[in-house]
Amino acid sequence: MQDSHTTAAHHPAFQHHFETMEQQRQASTLGMWLFLITEILFFGGMFTVYLVYRNWYFASFAAGSLTLDVTLGTFNTVVLIGSSLTMALAVHGAETGKRGMLVGFLILTILLGATFLGVKAVEYTHKFEEHHVPGPSFRFGSEELRHFHEEATMLRSTQIHGVELGEVQLFFSLYFAMTGMHALHMIIGIGVLSVLVWKARHGRYSPEYFAPVEYAGLYWHFVDIVWIFLFPLLYLITRHVGVHP
Amino acid sequence: MSTAVTTAESIHRRRHYLNADYGIRSWLLTTDHKRIALLYLFSITFFFALGGLFAVLIRLELLTPAGDMMTSDTYNKVFTMHGIMMVFFFLIPSVPATLGNFLIPMMIGARDLAFPKLNLASWYLFMVGGMFAMYSVVTGGIDTGWTFYTPFSTTYSNTKVIPAALGILIAGFSSIFTGLNFIVTVHRMRAPGLTWFRLPLFVWANYAASLIMVLGTPVLAITIVLVFLERAFHIGIFDPRLGGDPILFQHLFWFYSHPAVYIMILPSMGVMSELISAFSRKRIFGYTFVAFSSVAIAVFGFLVWGHHMFVSGQSVYAAMVFSILSYLVAIPSAVKVFNWTATLYKGSVSYQTPMLYAFGFLGLFTIGGLTGLFLAALGVDVHVTDTYFVVAHFHYIMVGGVIMGYLGGLHFWWPKITGRLYPEGWAKLSALVIFLGFNLTFFPQFVLGYLGMPRRYHAYPEEFQVLNVMSSAGASILAVGYLLPLFYLLWSMRYGPEAGPNPFDARGLEWQMASPPPTHNFEQVPIVSEEAYAYHTAQEVPVAG
Amino acid sequence: MSGHVVPLKVYFAIFATLMVLTAVTVRVAFINLGPFNAAVALGIATTKAVLVILYFMHVRYGSKLTWVVILAGFFWLGILLALTMTDYITRSLPHLPT
Repeated sequence: MQDSHTTAAHHPAFQHHFETMEQQRQASTLGMWLFLITEILFFGGMFTVYLVYRNWYFASFAAGSLTLDVTLGTFNTVVLIGSSLTMALAVHGAETGKRGMLVGFLILTILLGATFLGVKAVEYTHKFEEHHVPGPSFRFGSEELRHFHEEATMLRSTQIHGVELGEVQLFFSLYFAMTGMHALHMIIGIGVLSVLVWKARHGRYSPEYFAPVEYAGLYWHFVDIVWIFLFPLLYLITRHVGVHP
Repeated sequence: MSTAVTTAESIHRRRHYLNADYGIRSWLLTTDHKRIALLYLFSITFFFALGGLFAVLIRLELLTPAGDMMTSDTYNKVFTMHGIMMVFFFLIPSVPATLGNFLIPMMIGARDLAFPKLNLASWYLFMVGGMFAMYSVVTGGIDTGWTFYTPFSTTYSNTKVIPAALGILIAGFSSIFTGLNFIVTVHRMRAPGLTWFRLPLFVWANYAASLIMVLGTPVLAITIVLVFLERAFHIGIFDPRLGGDPILFQHLFWFYSHPAVYIMILPSMGVMSELISAFSRKRIFGYTFVAFSSVAIAVFGFLVWGHHMFVSGQSVYAAMVFSILSYLVAIPSAVKVFNWTATLYKGSVSYQTPMLYAFGFLGLFTIGGLTGLFLAALGVDVHVTDTYFVVAHFHYIMVGGVIMGYLGGLHFWWPKITGRLYPEGWAKLSALVIFLGFNLTFFPQFVLGYLGMPRRYHAYPEEFQVLNVMSSAGASILAVGYLLPLFYLLWSMRYGPEAGPNPFDARGLEWQMASPPPTHNFEQVPIVSEEAYAYHTAQEVPVAG
Repeated sequence: MSGHVVPLKVYFAIFATLMVLTAVTVRVAFINLGPFNAAVALGIATTKAVLVILYFMHVRYGSKLTWVVILAGFFWLGILLALTMTDYITRSLPHLPT
């Protein structure tokens, strides 16, 4: 069936059920965005659960949140936003036909993503050591609770009623579900970017055709946006407990 | 209209999508939307038969008041697997994955869906999901009900919850990709001149259903993931022992699963619009209203899920909000029914098989819809919750509505799909048998439910027996009605007379090409210059609008 | 492509803004604003997300349809959150007199 359509541009990536390369590009862009909004609603389910439980169990969520390491969280936020910048620059390289720029920044993005995951692994290891992982072996020791109550009693906030072990466990369930699902998306993203590096080095992309790079970029930025919300919700939002107004 | 096609050529001599290639590989690796539609057709027929088998077991058990055929545990598994097979592996893919897949590209003048490989991947995901669900069935079954309510599903059930849940998760991705593919195709692949308001209403309806697939299914996916995590790793997201809220699961579950009913019914409504206009030879009355009512149903459908939870323990104020919002859905649904009826008015109606199904749909869907209003009313619902009244209501929508539309559409486009005509006499007989069997099965259940017979029990008081025997008798008639098409449609594939491109003299791009269509549908992309359903002869004045 | 190549300095400016906002949100988290802490944190996060969507993801130069798709995604998330919360914020209210 090849070459039966006279209007077709003869780019190797052109698929012949489309009329033009432009139509193909518009279709796949729309498809990518639709995929991303399914991701919004996928993560949205967990954000809903978080919203409900945080409102119910504010003190327990604060207690759980205070055990997270803000320094590592902030570091990871900077790393991930940085990787979004390098991703945007990689797409720019593809747009302008600079293969070196494309490949270089793709590799840099992968490295930053791996750094993020490495830090995440360190954090998870801590949580395992402290038995903060929900399940039969979950413990939230008197040490952490005393620390929390000392800080909380200094506060006049009426929101603090008390910390329940089960509720703290709910916080950590959500912490692991949300960051775990986010990390899974990053691992997939790194896989996709690795394929792109290989293909870009073989000159598959040009200013006429770089859609896969563009879509991988959209996906990467989306994963970044999820973290932009996870970071304050999990690490920051109850830090002020224990700080004088 | 059909001048573009030479009818003289026999099916055997002409190249078309069925004989373009032979062998199992050419089917399993195909990216042709028409072949993928057939793959779906065979798969969902299998799952329908499996779900039907469980329905037979249910009706056999309920023939007598005592729970004498199976234990209550077995009965729990049987109705659960009936629900899972029917809902997730038959009803949701039924019309869109088969007829939608086959027809949408042709109706809009495209050579294929926007993403043919993704389309094939959808089918594989569907089959893998189906395999997981089947694995759950053959290794002991699952007894949570198709709704997977927590904490039973996460903590207390000793059955194969995880494989069934994973199966639904995987099949859900199939549904998402199908919806995504349809939306992009309708936006980006329409032939020149085919504006939104010239689209067949079948396309509008599938577009609206696709919106739900794309926007709703991800929430089901994450909900299943959370149930999986809770069951596998005991992390307790919905576990009340930790302070978790099982009702929160129900919110997330019904956020998808109520709109899912509209994933099922909307494409069948689309079929209805095609059938009614083709067999009354008139343009659909109030085309734009019918088109927008599909989108309105898709949107309103997301605002009403709480009416499944009136007695769950959710806030009574939320229940009131959901009760009021539920009535909203009645508006676009009624718009459709009134407009179809108005289309019949002064039409030259012919009572061919697809039209018989359309009439069946009209009556049964109306009964199902009106009893839905009873259930949306908070005060009434409290009394009939979890009774057979609910069971009867949703079977009127899902079987009386969805399957009537599905079978009507399958008959209507069967000549296009296979190039051959089905035997009209047998087809009319089966439509009649299905209609009678259906009503005998499910109407007594309204009465049973109103009298207070609860659902999901395998034993019941003796005074309910007469109605239950009627229902079981109806089910056996219904089974015969469903088996008949299986035989005569298969028979017609070999022995049916050749249909020619347009046996019903219907309008629409799909009828302008040969039956069966060539692999790439259109050699030259058509240019559309008239509205949909231009059923008027030269003497008549076309309806404006 | 979208017919619009974003100049590099835009990317750097956006990145710098995102960094500043990150610093601000961490700093503010340690100041007790009572109930406003959550509002500020979410406000800043939303601003950051919008910047990423508009510039890094090129939506500012994208088609109208892209805007509609994104807004639909967030609108539906809004439905999920809002109608779920109608239950949770009213559950502890006393029932109506019967």
